[in-house]
Amino acid sequence: MNLLTVNIKRKQYQHHGDKSSFDVIQNLQFEQLSHEFICLVGPSGCGKTTLLNIIGGLDNDYEGDIKIDNKSGKTNASFVFQTPRLLPWRTVLENIQLPHETDISPATIEQLLLDLGLQNSLNSYPHHLSLGMQRRVALARAFSVNSDLLLMDEPFVSLDQPTARKARQLLLTLWKSQPKTLIFVTHDIDEAIQLADRILFLSESPSTIIDDIAINAPRSERTPEHINSFRNKLRTEHQRLAHLL
Amino acid sequence: MPRSSFINSTLSLGLLLLVWHVTASIAASPVLPSPILVFTTLIDAINSGELPHHLGITLFRLAISFLLAMLLGIAIGLALGRCQQTNLFFDSWLIILLNVPALVTIILCYIWFGLVETAAIFAVVINKLPNVIVTIREGARNLDEELIEMSVAYRFSKWKTIRHVIMPQLYPYIMASARTGLALIWKIVLVVELLGRSDGMGYQIHLFFQLFDITSILAYTVSFIFVIQLIETAILKPLDKQSQRWK
Repeated sequence: MNLLTVNIKRKQYQHHGDKSSFDVIQNLQFEQLSHEFICLVGPSGCGKTTLLNIIGGLDNDYEGDIKIDNKSGKTNASFVFQTPRLLPWRTVLENIQLPHETDISPATIEQLLLDLGLQNSLNSYPHHLSLGMQRRVALARAFSVNSDLLLMDEPFVSLDQPTARKARQLLLTLWKSQPKTLIFVTHDIDEAIQLADRILFLSESPSTIIDDIAINAPRSERTPEHINSFRNKLRTEHQRLAHLL
Repeated sequence: MPRSSFINSTLSLGLLLLVWHVTASIAASPVLPSPILVFTTLIDAINSGELPHHLGITLFRLAISFLLAMLLGIAIGLALGRCQQTNLFFDSWLIILLNVPALVTIILCYIWFGLVETAAIFAVVINKLPNVIVTIREGARNLDEELIEMSVAYRFSKWKTIRHVIMPQLYPYIMASARTGLALIWKIVLVVELLGRSDGMGYQIHLFFQLFDITSILAYTVSFIFVIQLIETAILKPLDKQSQRWK
């Protein structure tokens, strides 16, 4: 059953200064099943963030439509941005509680923070945490919200390898215990192969989907060797993707 | 170990008093009474209840106009800072209000509304308001758009966004306009009282001027310097510290 149907005919941006416009996205369509983990891989500047903003309802200035199969028909997404975007003047606990209308129980939050290794940071301010920890708080915030869709925009970029590896593990653990429909943007093909059920490859701007590859191996089998061989197989079998791999 | 700030200010004030005393002794003129005379007059005025009465009234006017000017100023400044179209439209009104001399607005308020308390308060507010608006508008223009985007993504209500995302960022601008505002309002309240009220510090000082009672003028001046210091240490500094604790 499809949860999400994305159909963007056209998304334009104005050039700064003059009246001319250019297409960032053109004829981009895909569908996503409920609880499916999709990675979007594409070159820098191709419009991945724009795409995410459109899907998540932050940008309504486009031609096309986004259909979501839930009670209200309106997209209910939570976001993890490239930067943690925590409120610096609120504690970790307050940052996670804020998106919730009805009070979420501190116990739920504590459990989430425990899973993420942040149990001692409840009352700290973001300034006092490392970037890796701030990103984990942002992750906790996104997971604590009861949303249909979780959109993640290169959330682990700029983390060192060991921290990034830990973060990916945490993401998968969280996702297993609280399955969500996930779209994860990355430029790191190995990360995508490790995490996704399906990888959508985007072209240069005006971007469209050039390939849609499913990964059937269970995640437990996705060792670095397996990831390497998968990538190499892609390179040989899909010439169009060579520049991204 | 550095001297505590209390000792520092005591020493520097002490020096000021000494300079005053010496100058007064040398001048030996009725227009520069010695500090001792001024302080005894001050004590008498406090004991008779006269100073507390007028000071209280002036402080009351100060508090009300300050509150009104700050609340309105923040609301309007925020609106103008976030909405370019509204800002462009009302900018000329703002510039006019900023530049009309205080004396003119005060007199006009008294003429149009009569020599009443509301006219007095209104005049003070109208004088302070444009300054607050301009400062807060600047703050509203410099908000972190990424955090605003986050609040949109997480569907914060308007009130939640204002309270948790916007106000903390406006805080330094609010403090700046509060501090300069306080200084400005003191001065305008005194003029307002002098021109059209029959009580308050402004009225008293004008009375003393007419009676050539320089000692009382200085005694009352010392009392407000003292009150300002009190406001600064008991209210403004702690607010400042509280807002910095997340840094």
